[in-house]
Amino acid sequence: MNALEQEFLKVIVFQLADKEYAIPVSNVQGIEKLMHITRVPKTAKYVKGVINLRGVVTPIIDLRERFSIPISENEESTRIIIITLDEMEVGFVVDSANDVIDIPVNSIEQQPEVVGSNEEDFISGVAKLDNRLLILLHLDKVLNPVE
Amino acid sequence: MEVNQYLEMFIEESKEHLQSCSDNLLELEKNPNDLGIVNEIFRSAHTLKGMSATMGYEDLADLTHKMENVLDAIRNEKIHVTPEILDVVFESVDHLEEMVMDIADGGDGKKDVSETVAKLKRIESGEPIQAVVNEVQIAAQEVAVADVATVVSNLDYDDFEKTVLLQSTEQGFNAFEISITLRDDCLLKAARVYMVFDILEKNGDVVKASPAVERLEEEQFDQNFQVAYITKTTAEELQSKIMKVSEIANVLITPILKELLIQSPTEETIKPTAVQIQQSNEPKLDEKALEDAAQKSTTSTSTSSKQHSHAASKTIRVSIDRLDILMNLFEELVIDRGRLQSIAAEVNHGELNETVERMSRTMGDLQNIVLTMRMIPIETVFNRFPKMVRTLSRDLKKKINLEILGAETELDRTVIDEIGDPLVHLIRNSVDHGIESPEIRRANGKPEEGNVVLRAYHSGNYVFIEIEDDGAGINREKVLKKAISKGIVTKESALSLSDKQINELILASGFSTADVVSDISGRGVGLDVVKTTIESLGGSISIDSTEGVGSIFSIQLPLTLTIISVMLVEIEQEIYAIPLSSIIETSIIKNTDILNAHNQKVIDFRGKVVPLIFLEEIFEVPRKQQVDDEFHSVVIVRKGEKLAGLVVDSFIGQQEIVLKSLGNYLTNIFAISGATILGNGKVALIVDCNALMK
Repeated sequence: MNALEQEFLKVIVFQLADKEYAIPVSNVQGIEKLMHITRVPKTAKYVKGVINLRGVVTPIIDLRERFSIPISENEESTRIIIITLDEMEVGFVVDSANDVIDIPVNSIEQQPEVVGSNEEDFISGVAKLDNRLLILLHLDKVLNPVE
Repeated sequence: MEVNQYLEMFIEESKEHLQSCSDNLLELEKNPNDLGIVNEIFRSAHTLKGMSATMGYEDLADLTHKMENVLDAIRNEKIHVTPEILDVVFESVDHLEEMVMDIADGGDGKKDVSETVAKLKRIESGEPIQAVVNEVQIAAQEVAVADVATVVSNLDYDDFEKTVLLQSTEQGFNAFEISITLRDDCLLKAARVYMVFDILEKNGDVVKASPAVERLEEEQFDQNFQVAYITKTTAEELQSKIMKVSEIANVLITPILKELLIQSPTEETIKPTAVQIQQSNEPKLDEKALEDAAQKSTTSTSTSSKQHSHAASKTIRVSIDRLDILMNLFEELVIDRGRLQSIAAEVNHGELNETVERMSRTMGDLQNIVLTMRMIPIETVFNRFPKMVRTLSRDLKKKINLEILGAETELDRTVIDEIGDPLVHLIRNSVDHGIESPEIRRANGKPEEGNVVLRAYHSGNYVFIEIEDDGAGINREKVLKKAISKGIVTKESALSLSDKQINELILASGFSTADVVSDISGRGVGLDVVKTTIESLGGSISIDSTEGVGSIFSIQLPLTLTIISVMLVEIEQEIYAIPLSSIIETSIIKNTDILNAHNQKVIDFRGKVVPLIFLEEIFEVPRKQQVDDEFHSVVIVRKGEKLAGLVVDSFIGQQEIVLKSLGNYLTNIFAISGATILGNGKVALIVDCNALMK
């Protein structure tokens, strides 16, 4: 690794309601258009169900539901981001996936103390970039319920 | 390494030879006078010895060699087969198996088998075996620190070495076998070896060293090594000289006796015995015996070669990984076939339909071949049981005859891998709890020898495995009492249980009826594990038992685990798959057929009261609008003896599907055992009927 690579973190940026979130590219396996989701009974409310991802049955989590953001109608821009973590493959339903960008590591700050929304538990940090504010997700906590 | 490419072959073939050894040993036990069998075992052992020596597994080769000596003696009618001798040979085979397994697991196949080796030697020289242990113990005490291995000479002389030793003794030299043990904390083993050799070479000549000198220099030995040595010095002087080298724990010097060098070519025992001298007097007799044996073996091998002739068809070994890949690719095809079929049905184009139909047929054939390729005879699991039962019955002092039927029945490899342990458990259970001790059997007017029958056969898409014993059977009163005291059933519900249901209580967790818990069959954690394993394989287990007459445990298993037949059903917009294996039949019932019994809706199905399960409620299917049909579609499913009716909106049809897991994230979903991908690319969930019926 050279110094240049160390300073940047490549992330996928996606939108939920009016905020922008980021997930490291290394955790992202692909971005899919919305497809048929088969509901799985008796699961957490935010688990939308499962999809057929090229022959692999993949569970889907609705991030709006997970973050307690009011549900919107699915639109043309709605995407499923497939992420992998600890040998798990899970899809996130997001409003839109916008960008792949490099953010300088030193622009990432710890999560501000007062955020005041339910999503604070899932945030590992925020990055300020020009006039954008990117929220970095703590994938572990998004996936694993701590009830 | 060049050797590596042969390693796999070596392991496979060693296993085969060991298997044939133990099979034939069991055979020999039944017909102790059939020397043809001994010849068979001898041949397997001999091949095994050659292979392991070539591969450099010395312990393995050594033990096989010792075993071979005993077999040779039996073959030449020097020794008569007794159960004690067979015990030792079985023990050797067990050790050999462990060594081979160790090699297969990447180990070096080393194992301390000195006790067994000593026993083998005893047998070979015609001495009673029991004495060995004592002698080893006494010797061990004498030698103080030295470990058991010191006593047992490992030196094997070839003809040249023998001549040298013989000639030098004739010329007035002393021939010694020196066993040197280094201290456990010895740091510079090679240096100590060098110093010992230095002393030795100043006073005489080293004829042979074990391990070989090169290995000693590379420190490839434990704490002990032996040399054969000729010198004019006396043993005492030699001992004191060697002991001057530091870090040496023990030196044991034994003279090599002349008789030993002259007589039988493989002999290497140090201690002179009357029997050994006797042996050296009978070489002529030997030859005659050999001829006899040879004649006998020709007659018996002709029968055994007939048995093996069917195995002569050409085969290749294919790694299981490749077959798994093939299976995965085939599964993809099955999904695509489903998709094509549904497209063809929509488009309704003549030629397309025809092609799809033809393709489906070819795929069906292909599926059969792919599936049968992964099938292996259940023999691979069964063949370890005769030995196990033999050992168990000896430990428990029971007389048991194990009969195996249908070992050629084939099952999918994945099932084979899983079924071994449950079967071990059930057989142990039959041997331990089922078959009574000979005294009790005699008192009950049964033959002393108990019978355990292990039976496998195909029926439809299933394989049945049955374990039948003619033992005590299940004492239902005892079982019930125990189940009630353990809180598995309540007193009230116990009254309504059928005999079979009571039998099956012993499969419940936390149950053990043996008054004394033995280490042979479980501690009450056993049989419920068996049940869980079998159910996780998509199978089921049931018990038939008559007290005083015996029990039959019968296991039903699917032929394969990955492609199953299901009935697709629809609820609102959702499609669910119900495994055909659970379905008894489907029917349409009228609203008026539904009866109420204690908040539970039931129907009368062919004279039986069957509870209804509304899948819509269980799966919380969102309804756009309430439907109030006069008719309901019901799938009657069963779990063991219990029936239930699953109410759905409509039936779609029967289909072969590929079982997929829901992944690592969604685990333990209630009443869903997995998922599958339908022809239209959507995912359908597979209903776990077992979970729906408690």
